[in-house]
Amino acid sequence: MKLNYRIVIFALAIIFGVAFSMPSLLQTEGGKKVTLGLDLQGGLHMLLGVKTEEATKSRIKSIAASIKHFAERNDILIDGLSFDETGVKFEVLDSDELSKFDEYLKEVEGSVISKVGTIISLTLTEKEIVKTKKEAISQAIETIRNRLDQFGLSEPVVAKQGEEKILVQLAGIKTQEEEQRARELISRAAKLELMAVDEDRNARVYNMSDADAAAYGDIILNDVKNPSIKYLVREIPILDGGMLTDASMGFDQNNRPLINFKLNAEGAEIFGDFTGRSVGKRLAVVLDGKVYSAPNINERIGGGSGQISGNYTVMEAKDLAIALRSGALLAPIYLMEKRSVGPSLGADSIKASLVALIGGFVLVIIFMLVYYRLAGVIANIALIANLFILLAVMSLFGATLTLPGMAGIVLTVGMAVDANVIISERIRELIYEGKSMHKAIEEGYSNAMRAILDANITTLIASVVLYAYGTGAIKGFAITMSIGILASMLTAILGTHGIYQMLETRITKSKNNKLWFGIKG
Amino acid sequence: MEFFRYTRTFNFMGKSRVAMIMSIVLVLASYALLATKGLNYGVDFAGGTVVQVKYDTAAPIDKMRDALKGNSLFSGATISEFGTPDEVVIRMKTTTGNVTTDIGDETRVALKGSGNFEIRRVDIVGPTVGAELKEKGVMSLLLAVLGILVYVAFRFEWRFAVASIVALVHDISIALGMVALFQIDVNLDVLAALLTILGYSLNDTIIVFDRIREGVTGNRMQDLESTINESVTRTLARTTLTSLTTFFVVFTLFMFGGEIIHAFAFTLLVGVVVGTYSSVFVASPILLWFGFDVKNYHNKLAEKAKRAAEKQKMRDQFDQGVV
Repeated sequence: MKLNYRIVIFALAIIFGVAFSMPSLLQTEGGKKVTLGLDLQGGLHMLLGVKTEEATKSRIKSIAASIKHFAERNDILIDGLSFDETGVKFEVLDSDELSKFDEYLKEVEGSVISKVGTIISLTLTEKEIVKTKKEAISQAIETIRNRLDQFGLSEPVVAKQGEEKILVQLAGIKTQEEEQRARELISRAAKLELMAVDEDRNARVYNMSDADAAAYGDIILNDVKNPSIKYLVREIPILDGGMLTDASMGFDQNNRPLINFKLNAEGAEIFGDFTGRSVGKRLAVVLDGKVYSAPNINERIGGGSGQISGNYTVMEAKDLAIALRSGALLAPIYLMEKRSVGPSLGADSIKASLVALIGGFVLVIIFMLVYYRLAGVIANIALIANLFILLAVMSLFGATLTLPGMAGIVLTVGMAVDANVIISERIRELIYEGKSMHKAIEEGYSNAMRAILDANITTLIASVVLYAYGTGAIKGFAITMSIGILASMLTAILGTHGIYQMLETRITKSKNNKLWFGIKG
Repeated sequence: MEFFRYTRTFNFMGKSRVAMIMSIVLVLASYALLATKGLNYGVDFAGGTVVQVKYDTAAPIDKMRDALKGNSLFSGATISEFGTPDEVVIRMKTTTGNVTTDIGDETRVALKGSGNFEIRRVDIVGPTVGAELKEKGVMSLLLAVLGILVYVAFRFEWRFAVASIVALVHDISIALGMVALFQIDVNLDVLAALLTILGYSLNDTIIVFDRIREGVTGNRMQDLESTINESVTRTLARTTLTSLTTFFVVFTLFMFGGEIIHAFAFTLLVGVVVGTYSSVFVASPILLWFGFDVKNYHNKLAEKAKRAAEKQKMRDQFDQGVV
C-alpha cells in the first residue's frame, strides 16, 4: 500500500463531503443546509405584473391635490381643476395672480407648463412617465418585501424578474388560510386618502350618476361595511397615505380593533388647515376606494394623528396596519403566474423521488458489483462519495433542491458510473492485450480520460444553458447536474485512480483478474 | 462477468444502410405525428390553469363536472385521474389576473359539496408568461446544440460535429414523436428531459467518436470503414453497460417517481434507447458518408506536429541563445 496524491485528495474530498452534508442529512439545528424547493416543501410562487399606467394616473392626481392646496393656502381663486392621463389643467380666476403659480409649478419635476389665457395646463413629459412607471415597479417590490418581512414567514423571496415582473416566493405556507392572508397582504393597495365630503350636494348622492358627480369634481364612494350607504366626496383628496409616518393596531373604548395613524409634518399641517376651515363638515377616511368612516369635524385637529375604525378582526387590523406602514402600492398588481403546492403533495413528492433515487442507486451498485467484482466496489465507493460531495456543495451554497433536482441526482448516478465503466473496460482490454498491471491501469486511465472529459464537458454545456434559460424548478435540475458532473470528475476519475495506484502491488501479486476485474485470464 | 469480449470486429457499417432506412422512417413518422396529432402543450407553454385535487375517497368526477359546468370561467375544463382514483387534475385554458381571488379559489368554491377534498396544487400561467417560457425553451435547445457543435468541432473535426448534431436531431425528433404519440403534456420538465437526452446521446456519440479518432491516429493503413467498425465493436461493452445502468435508473424513476415526474421519465426513457442506437447506427455512418478523409486528417496532424516541433526547436535555440 502506497499513499499517493490522488488518494489524499480523494480522502479529503470524502471528509469534506461527509462533514458538510451532515447538517442536511441529519437536519441539525445549525450549519448550512440544502433548501428544499417550493415543489418539495410546499409553498407559493407568484409572478406579478404591475399596472404601471395607474402609477402615472395617481402621480398626476397628487399633483392636482397639491395645486389645490397651494391655491387655498395662498388665497388664489382657481376653477375647473381637472386631470387626465397626461396632465392637469386649471383656470386662474384673477389674471393678476397667474404669475404666482410660476415659481411653484416649476418645481414639479419632469413637466411642461403651458398657458393659454388664464388657463394653465401641466403635462408630464414622456421621459417622466417612463420614470414614474419604473419607480412604480421598484416601489412595488420594496413595499411587498416590507410587508412580507413583517408577515412572519421565514425568508420570503421578492425579486424583480425581467423588466417589469415581480417574483414572489413564499416557502412553508401550510394552509389555505395562510396563503390567502399572504396574497391579500401582498396585493392590498393600502391607499389611504382623507377626503372632504361635498356637504353642499351630498344630500342628492342617491340620485346621482358617476358622470353627474364628475361634473362637480366629485366622486361617489361606498361605505365599507354597508355598500348601500354612499358618500359624495371631492375627487381630489386633502392628503394621501404618502404622508403617513406610522400605523399600528389599537383598540377603541369597546375593545374593538382599530388602526392609529400618524402623519408627517407636512401632512399634519395640511390636515390642521383643512379641519380648521371645515368645522361642521365631514371628513371621509377612505382606504382603497372605500369609506371606512366619515366623522364630523368639531374643531381644528392638530398633531397629525387619526384613527381608522372598521369592522375588522384583530388579524385583519394587524395586516392592514402592516400594509399601511409599508406604504401604498403606487400601482395595482396583477397575477401573471402562480404555482402553489400544498405541503402534503410536497411530502409525497419527496417520498416518491427518494424511492426512485434509492432504488436506482441500489440497482446500479449491485450491477457494478456483479459485473466488475472488486473494480465494481471501487467504482461504488466513488459513487457514494459523489453523492456526499454533491450534497455538501449544495448545502454550502445553500442551493435549492427541487423535484427535477432530485431527478438530476438520479441521472448523476448514471453518468458518474459511466466514467468508471469506460475506465474499467479500458483496463480489461489492456489486460487482454497482455500489458502489465501497472501499464494496464495507467494507460487505461489516460486512454479513457479524453473521452470522459469530452463527454462530461458537453453535458456541462447543456446544463449551463439549462440553468441560464430555465426557470424555477428546472434551474434546480441544472444545478444538481452540473455539481454532480464536476464532483464525478473528482471521485470517478481521480479518486478511483488513487485507489488503484494504492492497491497496485497487491493487485499485481494476487494475479486474480477475476476477483479484481471480473474477467478470466 | 462479461457481455462482450473483443475477439473480432462486427461489421456495423455493413448494416448501416438498413439502419439508415429505419431511422429515416422513424424520423419521418415522428414528424408526421407532430404534424397530425401535434404536441400537447401543457400550461407552462400554452398558458392556463391546472388544479390538482385529492379526495378522501374516489374522486366524484361526474359530480365535479356538473359543479364546474355553470361558470364560464371553467369552460373547456377537463378532469382526469392523476395517479390514483382519489386524485384528479382539472385543466383549464382560462386564467385570472386577480391576486387575492384567483381561479384556484373559484374552483374550491365551485367544488364545495362534491365531497371531502384538499387542493394540493394550483398552477396558473398567464398567456404572456406561457409565450415567454416557450420562446426561452426553444432558445435553450438551440443554444445548447450550438454550444455542443462548437465544442465538438473544436475538439474533433467539423464532420464529427455535424454527424453528432444529426444524431441529436434524430434523437430529439423521435423523442418528440413519441411524446406526440402518447399525448404527453409538454411542460418545462419535458424540455429538461429533451436537454438531458441531448447531453446523454452526445455522451454516447463522443465515446464512440473518441475511439474512432484514436483508431484513425493510431493506424494509418486501415480504411475508415474498418476503423469505425473496430471502434464501435470495442466500445460495444461500454455502450451496452452504460445504457443498461442508465436505463435501470430512469426506469425506476418512471415506475416509482410518482405521477408528477412521469412525463420527464417517459421522455428520458425514449431518449436513452434512441440515443444508444443513434450513436452506433446514425452518427458513425454519417461520418463515413461525409467522406471523412483519413489521409487528409493524418496530413493535418503531421503538419500540426511538425509546426509544434519547429516551434519547440526555435524555443530551444532561443533558450540556448543561438538566435
